[in-house]
Amino acid sequence: MEQSSKRIGKQTVRFQNPVNILSAASTVGPKEGEGPLKEYFDQVITDILYGQKSWEKAESRFVEENMKLAVKKAGMSMEQVDYILCGDLLNQCAGSTFGIRALNRPFFGLFGACSTMGEAMSLGSMLIDGGFAQNVLLGASSHFCSAEKQFRFPLDMGTQRPQTSTWTVTGDGAVVLGRKKGAVRITEVTTGKIVDLGVTDANNMGAAMAPAAADLMMAHFRDTGRGPKDYDLILTGDLGTVGRELVVELLAKEGYYLDQRYTDCGIEIYDPKTQDTHAGGSGCACSAVTFCGYYYPMLLKGKLRRILFIPTGALMSPTTSQQGESIPSIAHGLVIESPEKEEY
Amino acid sequence: MEYWNAFWVGGLICVIGQILIDKTKLTSARILVLFVVSGCILGGIGIYEPIKEYAGAGATVPLTGFGYLLSKGVKEEIDAVGALGILTGGLKAAAGGISAAVLFAFFASLLANPKEK
Amino acid sequence: MKTNEEAKRKYEEMVKNASPNSPILKNCVIAFFSGGLICTFGQFLLNFYQNNQFSAEDAATLTSVTLIFISSVLTALGIYPKLGKHCGAGTIVPITGFSNSVTSPAIEFKKEGMVLGVGAKMFLVAGPVLVYGILASMLVGVFYYFGGR
Repeated sequence: MEQSSKRIGKQTVRFQNPVNILSAASTVGPKEGEGPLKEYFDQVITDILYGQKSWEKAESRFVEENMKLAVKKAGMSMEQVDYILCGDLLNQCAGSTFGIRALNRPFFGLFGACSTMGEAMSLGSMLIDGGFAQNVLLGASSHFCSAEKQFRFPLDMGTQRPQTSTWTVTGDGAVVLGRKKGAVRITEVTTGKIVDLGVTDANNMGAAMAPAAADLMMAHFRDTGRGPKDYDLILTGDLGTVGRELVVELLAKEGYYLDQRYTDCGIEIYDPKTQDTHAGGSGCACSAVTFCGYYYPMLLKGKLRRILFIPTGALMSPTTSQQGESIPSIAHGLVIESPEKEEY
Repeated sequence: MEYWNAFWVGGLICVIGQILIDKTKLTSARILVLFVVSGCILGGIGIYEPIKEYAGAGATVPLTGFGYLLSKGVKEEIDAVGALGILTGGLKAAAGGISAAVLFAFFASLLANPKEK
Repeated sequence: MKTNEEAKRKYEEMVKNASPNSPILKNCVIAFFSGGLICTFGQFLLNFYQNNQFSAEDAATLTSVTLIFISSVLTALGIYPKLGKHCGAGTIVPITGFSNSVTSPAIEFKKEGMVLGVGAKMFLVAGPVLVYGILASMLVGVFYYFGGR
């Protein structure tokens, strides 16, 4: 079968039509609003229930309000959105579906655990480049309390968190992609494979996901012929301090050396010394709000020219964990550029 | 002296639990199960009784004490009514604690809402 | 698949080196003092009830009930989980931890209704404690009945 010319390797595609980021919006909860990135988020909601009656309803409100904000920031109306792509951590993606229920747009619900933002941006870009849509609204959300309730113990139970554990970010990050001209564009997508090196400890997600991130980076470098030095920033999703260290080690073994230009959203979003978050942040919203709130504006201002953004996800469920299964993980890579000169 | 014994024995039983949490990654649910079953077996073979005599609440307040109570209840009930005590003795002895937990948890659920950590 | 197993084993080693350990000494000291204090308070209650005309057995039951009540209230107020974060096993192992593990799911799942939420989920964590505690007590009973008496 003939390879499409858009494919530039086993896992990577390069877009031929401009896929522009028209806006990015971030809405976060109280803890994120006290962290190092507090001034960069569009909205900090100090009420973790967001005026709702349950954690799940609160998460959906984060989705709805932030999705609307992203569209507003793009200077559009909801009717101009051809597709919504989004996902979250809750069973049946309830956070997303109930969040966009009233928006009345064609919708694809996605599940990629904490890599959902990468999955959504990848597919959204393909929809635009393929000519199937003019504008795509996409996002990812998570909520500390709804995630604890579903994956761990009731919130009021007095348990201790190990040093390797991460803190689920409360919030929603959303992006509007479009064909219309913009300063920041997605140029390439590398789609990850499921990688599982046998980690079973659900309190050490960074370690479980690090091999997937490392595998993705190597696939990307192989497909594009580039190396870590070709990027101003390499940004993984929610590996935290433990996972970052492992990625650096895994890549060094293959001859790629990552320096301080490699960081992780889970490391940037909290201050572990004052916020008691241990290894860092996690959850779908971790990479989504950190990118939308902090790194996208840096691209917009030209402070960053080319980044490799790699949201990471751990694809287990409470049931598989109870059955003793290890944690399969995935990572999706996006090359996001802010070119100095018009190229198109 | 009584208080001191309760303090250090009770504290030590908790330290065993802490070492298990930190070294084995056992969740707290498993720790609780382990302690109740251990207490029950130790009570059954007669080891827990002297610890209780020495430490008082230091031995009865930790969950091992709950297990011990179950074993003691079974033995007493067997002495009183025979084989049927195997089925009824344990829960009979523990009924007060369990019913109280149900009652207070029920009222708590009516009055309180879950809180963020 | 041998190389795959090899990779997993090597990676496990890497993870072990990269993962910070829990501060076990500090945790044990805190668990010792917090757990010890709860037991001391239990002793105080036990003495109190015994000094007020309750039999030894009734005093023991009342002590448990009182501790369960206090823990339930502290859980409802959101104080017990804060203590638990620092005290670890010191607040899990005493009977107050049992009470916390019954009250917290009851509160957490109230949004799912009185029957399927509160009712069904109340023993989400403590259920296994009762199941295996009761089974163990019957095992003890069988040995006691047939041999130990």
